[in-house]
Amino acid sequence: MSLIKLIPSTVAILAASTVIASARDQLQIAGSSTVLPYATIVAEAFGENTDFNTPVVEGGGSGAGRKKLCEGVGEATIDIANSSSRIKQSDIDLCNTNGVTEIMEVRFGYDGIVFASDINGADFALTPKDVWGALAAEVVKDGAAVANTAKTWADVNASLPAQAIMAFVPGTKHGTREVFDEKVLTEGCKEAGAYDIFVAASTGADDDAKKKEAGAKCMALRTDGASIDIDGDYTETLSRIDANKMAVGVFGLSFYENNTDKLKVATINGIVPTVETISAGDYPVSRPLFFYVKKAHIGVIPGLKEYVEFFLSDDMAGEGGALADYGLVPDPELAATREAVAAETPMGALE
Amino acid sequence: MTRVSLFAQDARTKSRNAAEKRFRAYGLSAIVVALLALVWLLVSIFGNGLPAFRQTFISFPVTLDAAVLDKAGNRNVAEMAKTTTIGYAKLLATSLEAELAAKGIDLGEVKSKDLTKMISEESPATLRNRVLADPSLIGQTVQVSVLASGRIDGYYKGRVSMESAAKDKNTSPEQLALADQMQSAGVLSMQLNPGFLTMPDASDKRPEAAGLGVAIIGSLYMMVVVLVLALPIGVAASVYLEEFAPKNKFTDLIEVNIANLAAVPSIVYGILGLAIFINFAGLPQSAPIVGGLVLTLMTLPRIIIPTRAALKAVPPSIRDAALGVGASRLQTVTHHVLPLAMPGILTGTIIGLAQALGETAPLLLIGMVAFVRDFPGAPPEGLFDPAAALPVQIYNWTQRGDPGFVERASGAIIVLLVFLIAMNAIAIYFRRKFERRW
Repeated sequence: MSLIKLIPSTVAILAASTVIASARDQLQIAGSSTVLPYATIVAEAFGENTDFNTPVVEGGGSGAGRKKLCEGVGEATIDIANSSSRIKQSDIDLCNTNGVTEIMEVRFGYDGIVFASDINGADFALTPKDVWGALAAEVVKDGAAVANTAKTWADVNASLPAQAIMAFVPGTKHGTREVFDEKVLTEGCKEAGAYDIFVAASTGADDDAKKKEAGAKCMALRTDGASIDIDGDYTETLSRIDANKMAVGVFGLSFYENNTDKLKVATINGIVPTVETISAGDYPVSRPLFFYVKKAHIGVIPGLKEYVEFFLSDDMAGEGGALADYGLVPDPELAATREAVAAETPMGALE
Repeated sequence: MTRVSLFAQDARTKSRNAAEKRFRAYGLSAIVVALLALVWLLVSIFGNGLPAFRQTFISFPVTLDAAVLDKAGNRNVAEMAKTTTIGYAKLLATSLEAELAAKGIDLGEVKSKDLTKMISEESPATLRNRVLADPSLIGQTVQVSVLASGRIDGYYKGRVSMESAAKDKNTSPEQLALADQMQSAGVLSMQLNPGFLTMPDASDKRPEAAGLGVAIIGSLYMMVVVLVLALPIGVAASVYLEEFAPKNKFTDLIEVNIANLAAVPSIVYGILGLAIFINFAGLPQSAPIVGGLVLTLMTLPRIIIPTRAALKAVPPSIRDAALGVGASRLQTVTHHVLPLAMPGILTGTIIGLAQALGETAPLLLIGMVAFVRDFPGAPPEGLFDPAAALPVQIYNWTQRGDPGFVERASGAIIVLLVFLIAMNAIAIYFRRKFERRW
């Protein structure tokens, strides 16, 4: 009876699995969905131009990627974590507990965060103050904090279009949201002078608590439907804008650059976001992009160091390389990063 | 007493008849709504997805210049490999420029650097592999048919227009006008694109080259694993429960649990798979074996339930007759009951497999939503290589930034639907062909 033979043979396959599995010959990469397109472009070219296999690249988010990196050392764990924000002390502690003691930090470029609306809509010339004034839950009126009642952008700043406020911002699980909170909302809040008023009005026990409360107030968005969190990715934001032509959305620069026929970008402080203005530091809302390499896997998983070097080569992350072509802002300190990789220097403690 | 004609309806009859008419109308409108929804879905999927099966190609002769491709001149493959795809891209652009000049097409505003942008970035890699596989090609002129870039392709599929191209940094109206000239000269044409089914996934820079090859193989491997594991285990469990097990509280408990397991949301199996197969057993991520094992767990109750129903449907008289002529209980089952129940079992299995094929949620958790470009090896080792799967490939493509992936995702849905319909058709065929009534 073949049934009776099949069952032991499947068990045998399972038993053999651990033996076969210990011969991994392609890199495993996971993490940020912002870094994902860059990593796939590099992985594709790496597989084509070298004798190594094409690395397997997964998304999942920056935090999830770093957690996976810190699961331990060995072929069942990933080799590289992509991250659109810097590693946290909690990640490093987790790594150390699991025996991942040496991690190499590689910063390969910058990503701009842009505000864009429908291509046929009005022009927006925003400042962080305007964005904060339009989207914050509480704004300042006559020196006191009141609930935000602005209906149109013109209510916030008369030079803006008289168009109902509706903004699609990345949900809190996104790395992009952190930058939005920090570089747009907090900046705008301080510019408007609201931060000091919030601190003064705070009932916190000491100065630190008061500042913390004020900071959180600066980042609190209104909940009356003017600001909408998008938990999906930029394609969702784009289709929402397609459905609500009056809305403004937050995108990564590379996504905007590949959809310039559908989206109109807003200036911030009068600066148009481009690869040039961001690398010159003129455009204010940008963030560094990283990936973290498990040093213990160099020399164990074939192609790991070569992949990192290939990633940082002029043809890829350099100026005019394939990634800049896609919307990455090249890192001016790439040469130093290359040296650190060549010397396999692990990262030090976070400052 | 008033006289009432049998032919004239009284008030109550009228209201009863009207109620019946209303009920029929409700039913009919429900069906119409359902059908409209289905038609709408199919029209949108096919409208978006059919273009993925056709692609714009540019055909021209390429002179494989030894001075560019084999600087040492010794046809040593290891040394020739130093010329990267960037070198090959330039070679393709110069050859195309020469071909256009020979056909008398004026480049106009388009610079020769822009010509590289009109050709898919996949093409240099294809050409490079061809040359490295056969170094004797160097020095010859070969005819190549390369994919046009996603924007040029989009122009012929109505996704890109002259107006949108003017605002698009990846193309320009001049490039599109040149493409029109190339089309009338016969250099550029729209052709059937078998690569959509055979090529692997591609990065955001080359949506035109993305294909379902790896995903189809991955799904196939997973279905093989599910079939090999779930069918014997499911049938053995059902036969034991139905034919041999004593009826007591313990077997009742098992029965209730099997029914419950069939209703457990599939994402739960994904979490289970991550914990057991990857974290505990140390199986590799993104591998079809893990996907297959997770889907096996999910499919088992869905096979056991119809199998038991099929076994129950075999009349007791068959068993009694077999036992009466002296067959053992095992012989009764293997010689009589199982063969008679087989059509029902097969139908249940195929429908269970079809459900497993379309399942996405558990695969998200075990690393199948990855960018995989290398084809997995032949089984059994290949089961441990990374691969994608059809439903997660669709999910993956809907998240890409380039608009060219929209048609790819819908095209992949069509492929998945074709597979599902084929499997269900086979199931119906088996049921019709072997069905027996007592």
